[in-house]
Amino acid sequence: MVLRQDGTQADDRPLISAHALTKRFGDFTAVDGIDVEVRRGEAFGFLGPNGAGKSSTMRMIGCVSPPTGGTLRILGLDPATDGPRIRGRLGVVPQKDTLDEELTVRENILVYGRYFGLSRAVVRERADELLEFAQLTERASSIVEPLSGGMKRRLTIARALVNNPEVLLLDEPTTGLDPQARHVLWDRLFRLKRSGVTLVLTTHYMDEAEQLCDRLVVMDGGKIVAEGSPRQLIAEYSTREVLELRFGEDDHGAYEPKVADLASRVEVLPDRLLLYVSDGDAASKTVHDRGLAPLSMLVRRSTLEDVFLHLTGRTLID
Amino acid sequence: MTSSADAHGNGDAHGNGDVHGNGDVHDDAVVRDQPPEGRMWDRAFSFWLTNYRRVWRGTVISSILTPLFFLTAMGVGLGVLVDEASPAGVQGVEYIMFLAPGILVAQAMQTAVFESTYPVMGAIKWQRQYHAMLAAPLGIADVVIGHLVFVAMRVTISSATFLAIAVAFGAIESWWALLALPVAVLTGLAFAACVFAFAARQENDGGFNMLFRFIVMPMFLFSGTFFPVEQLPLALEMVAMVTPLWHAVELSRGLALETMTVLPALGHVAYLLLWVAAGFALTLVNFRKRLVI
Repeated sequence: MVLRQDGTQADDRPLISAHALTKRFGDFTAVDGIDVEVRRGEAFGFLGPNGAGKSSTMRMIGCVSPPTGGTLRILGLDPATDGPRIRGRLGVVPQKDTLDEELTVRENILVYGRYFGLSRAVVRERADELLEFAQLTERASSIVEPLSGGMKRRLTIARALVNNPEVLLLDEPTTGLDPQARHVLWDRLFRLKRSGVTLVLTTHYMDEAEQLCDRLVVMDGGKIVAEGSPRQLIAEYSTREVLELRFGEDDHGAYEPKVADLASRVEVLPDRLLLYVSDGDAASKTVHDRGLAPLSMLVRRSTLEDVFLHLTGRTLID
Repeated sequence: MTSSADAHGNGDAHGNGDVHGNGDVHDDAVVRDQPPEGRMWDRAFSFWLTNYRRVWRGTVISSILTPLFFLTAMGVGLGVLVDEASPAGVQGVEYIMFLAPGILVAQAMQTAVFESTYPVMGAIKWQRQYHAMLAAPLGIADVVIGHLVFVAMRVTISSATFLAIAVAFGAIESWWALLALPVAVLTGLAFAACVFAFAARQENDGGFNMLFRFIVMPMFLFSGTFFPVEQLPLALEMVAMVTPLWHAVELSRGLALETMTVLPALGHVAYLLLWVAAGFALTLVNFRKRLVI
């Protein structure tokens, strides 16, 4: 381990470490004593339904929201005493854009670079690179306001990179974007990750988590309910495959006892039964052999969505 | 020289990415250490300046037209009637000479209040520029000071324009009136600091209408700008003398008419500074409550 002169430590220490991290707003506990460690170079995700405490956690990591309890170290520093120093080394993509919509695309980057104390010459050079990276070079002198949601999001990311951050924090980076815009954004994030930037993101999209995250935690009600790589989480909290059975009736619950022994878990939905099984084909053959005649049978791989819904429930959270 | 640049300059963590460490912009060009909160206000000011570049033409035109309108309507139009009715003048001078230094600071108040209402709320709620600043190394003090300095700059420009036009009108003659410019800026700051604190607590702009109608407008009319407050019933006169605008008007007029003496002048300045200090302290508290949650 190399102790740097400025007090931070070299690479084998976690970049972000939180222990019993808590955030309360009055009587409401948004984050309830979570432990998290993020290592250099990884893409780390906070997955959870709305209100799970993801954004509150991100704001604490971003050093804009002081923790109510627990300890938090970012880049080896304490946000309570070294906030500006830490923020100088972070890039932040907030959930709500904070772009200045009346300024041009380029001006937004220039102004933001100045917040980090970069000289005008450095920021100008940096802005050109970043516009290229965000595929916004042709829109450099457009006013931001009429741009599409995807462009604004890319600009927010470009802007967050102006100080060459070691960690990029992304709070729901693709919420509200169309599929094309999301894929372009993912592609940019992949490139960043490959270039060594540590990504920390929140999302409630399973495909996004599976695409981007090396490791993730599932949050629910302010607590961490599961942790691991997407593959580990599926192995631990779901089965290899899922067999979906649809019968042409309103009450699928009646069929549950007839198939319960085939699966490690059966879930009854209004329009279908989900059988969590290791071998979907074998299970579907048995269903057939028992003389049950569903309208349709579908065998699919278990996904993170199955894990997510299993852990956080299907009830709507508003 | 700090060590942070070389601590980061090893570059091993960044590899050969598209925008990271590709050699076009060296890592050591990126400032890593940040000064303490309150010393980075120039960065916030830099934003407001960039923002102002879009609209400066409009504000310059309005700061030329406003004094023209006022001095013509009140000074030349109404002033002729006033001067005919009281040949001894108002406090011994022509009405336009009485009026101009008052309007100067009253105008500074209006500019400052306007710049401290919608722009502050917008930076909190709509465009959220304060949030962007706070996600960067800037702290609350930087955000507040940077914006206040910008408001002071706006007041300086519009008051200097006013002063020049008033001189051209012959409404101001004394060189002492040059000191009315810093008085106007101080007045602007006193109001801006307080209105910042107020604006930071608003959820919508309804409060601003109340502020303009029930505080700014009455102060504009009754704090000695258009007539000496001694004309008012005693109770109202007392109220007028508590307002920061009355002190600003007295000071500005006293300088322009060369009637001011040192001790009262210091008293007026101290009173205005008190409002700046109290407003600033309250603004820091309210901004922190609103933005650091």
